[in-house]
Amino acid sequence: MNPLQAIGRVFLKFLGTTGRLISFMALGLSHIVRPPYYPRIILRQMIDIGYYSLPVVGLTAVFAGMVLALQSYTGFSRFSAEGAIANVVVLSITRELGPVLAGLMVAGRIGASLAAEIGTMRVTEQIDALTTLSTNPMKYLVTPRLIAGITMFPLLVLVADVIGVFGGYLVAVYKLGFNPANYLQNTWDFLTAEDVNSGLVKAAVFGFIVSLMGCYHGYNSKGGAQGVGTATTNAVVSASILILCSDYILTEIFFAK
Amino acid sequence: MADTPKIQLRDVAKSFGRKVVLNGIDLDVGVGESVVIIGGSGTGKSVMLKSILGLMTPERGSIKVDGEEVIGMSTSERERVNHKFGMLFQGAALFDSLPVWENVSFGLLAEKRCDRKQAHEIAVQKLAQVGMNADVADLMPAELSGGMQKRVGLARAIAADPEIIFFDEPTTGLDPIMADVINDLIVKVTREVGATALSITHDMASARKIANRVAMLFEGKIIWQGPVEDIDHSGNAHVDQFIHGKADGPIQMAVRA
Repeated sequence: MNPLQAIGRVFLKFLGTTGRLISFMALGLSHIVRPPYYPRIILRQMIDIGYYSLPVVGLTAVFAGMVLALQSYTGFSRFSAEGAIANVVVLSITRELGPVLAGLMVAGRIGASLAAEIGTMRVTEQIDALTTLSTNPMKYLVTPRLIAGITMFPLLVLVADVIGVFGGYLVAVYKLGFNPANYLQNTWDFLTAEDVNSGLVKAAVFGFIVSLMGCYHGYNSKGGAQGVGTATTNAVVSASILILCSDYILTEIFFAK
Repeated sequence: MADTPKIQLRDVAKSFGRKVVLNGIDLDVGVGESVVIIGGSGTGKSVMLKSILGLMTPERGSIKVDGEEVIGMSTSERERVNHKFGMLFQGAALFDSLPVWENVSFGLLAEKRCDRKQAHEIAVQKLAQVGMNADVADLMPAELSGGMQKRVGLARAIAADPEIIFFDEPTTGLDPIMADVINDLIVKVTREVGATALSITHDMASARKIANRVAMLFEGKIIWQGPVEDIDHSGNAHVDQFIHGKADGPIQMAVRA
């Protein structure tokens, strides 16, 4: 085959997938403002995505904060700049590590679960059954999950911020011998509303990405168990890549001077 | 208007890539009639059913329900027409995350025809119609056997008292006794509801039991149709081979996809 033909085919496939994803996203979002609404489903998804992700996010955040304090101390002590540890920990956690680590962990947990659930519904004809029962599958399956992703991720990241800073505090105070009051004072002094807000905006975007990728790949899965497995893998991988890409873009928007 | 067929297909065609699945289907289903489409695996029976339900869009032809063209309808118009339909899927397609009673009354709740308490009561009544007791109502679908799931699927199909019920291979995967039970139930409930029935199957015992009229689909076309009593002397070699399950004859099974 002509190499140009192969490149063209890949490019056209990419454009096709992008177009399908954008129209899927637009359709899913458009149902947010179009009745009927499914408050019970939205609430259940919020509990699934928000409440049941708390242990994963909490554990990730506490260890990230602890490691960050320890590594910062190793580096900063060479320049007698140990006092900046509280600053580094709180800025890193609120601006970057909180949203990104929570996003990636929840992409694994929720992205995979959404793709597997909706994918199984697709291959067992449950999505077709919804249509025959006067229910729009996009409205019933996709929109509630998008709403839950967008609203729950910022709350998860808020929790991750607090727990991450607490992890740094534990290591700084109990291992490195910092004064607890000074450490907390430094943390508080360096923290600005912009740091937290930027993290929360990132979280909402990441939540949207994770739920969108889970729903999109699940909804379009084909075949049997293998198709669902592929959809699950694609959901997690594409969500993780998009999280890292959009993280850079959002950081540029918020902080590039 | 008394002669208007409940369902009318004219020159319906559908392909997947180069594979032509439906190649100009013409079929009428009269009011209150029970038509069974027979044909081998992969002959397009399910595609035809899904085209009528609006789950797939044919490339060519006309599909009318009560004289109203349904191809090209808007989503809201399609939902209105779908209110007339009930469907029993091949694998029952029950919603895993909902208890049996909510599966049965899903369509009623979706259309807000009753509150949840009434929906539970209606579900118990419909379950009784298919020979299941009230205890089953609160079980989850995964706790039921294949035959019981089919019965719940049947209860769901008749829950909204549809004008037309579709049966997609209703006895596939069931033992002969349970298959006969399902056949009896199909005859009983369609009579009780007063519905028109369109079924697809390759189970001849089922076809003989539930059909008023049988049509055979082969290579994307209806090659024979007539009253069920005539099937044994159809004069069509394809029909004869199929109903007697012979390997030799004009129908040659493809051993490769």
